Amino acid sequence: MISIIDAFAIALVILTILGFVCLYRAYKGPSSADRVVAITVIATKTCTIIASVSFIYQKEFFLDVALVYSLISFIAMIGVAKYLERGSC
Amino acid sequence: MELIMDILIVFFLISGVFFYFVGVVGLIRMPDVYSRMHATTKCDTLGAGLILLALMLAQPISTATAKIFFVIVFIWLTNPTAAHIIARASYKTNIPFASDTEFVDHTSDGAKEERQ
Repeated sequence: MISIIDAFAIALVILTILGFVCLYRAYKGPSSADRVVAITVIATKTCTIIASVSFIYQKEFFLDVALVYSLISFIAMIGVAKYLERGSC
Repeated sequence: MELIMDILIVFFLISGVFFYFVGVVGLIRMPDVYSRMHATTKCDTLGAGLILLALMLAQPISTATAKIFFVIVFIWLTNPTAAHIIARASYKTNIPFASDTEFVDHTSDGAKEERQ
């Protein structure tokens, strides 16, 4: 009989493997927009993973890390997209 | 009651992981940037949203619930915005569409000439 915590741990393992699969597109992608899209997916996935880890270890302050991580990745994506569009930030 | 809650949590968790899987398959298999972005934004909203919803249901109501709710709100606000900006940047820098795309431009003539 597996508990809810074990179910979250299994989901974390699957998400980590999927993150490494995304790295293939970030390495291979023909244009730089492909790489940015792949990194966006990895950032969202990392945010989900951090929130799940806070539930598994019962440490609430990890959620603050997830919150700040999502905002920082948003700012980074905006910066990279503006750089692609205009050639400068 | 406890059993129903557990089944609901595991259902949301499996659905979230499934949508992440679909998004990653679309990211690897789709032919050009725009269709890849179409797949990955579904993965962002549904995958992250469902897994975080399962996290909200899995623990008793406390400040952690509110924090997870704010994480969902931020992800749902920021990811479509970022996808929109990346799509606009790749359109303006003339990244090619897939070869069998039928391109219909509904904008004005000036924008059409600028693209060609």
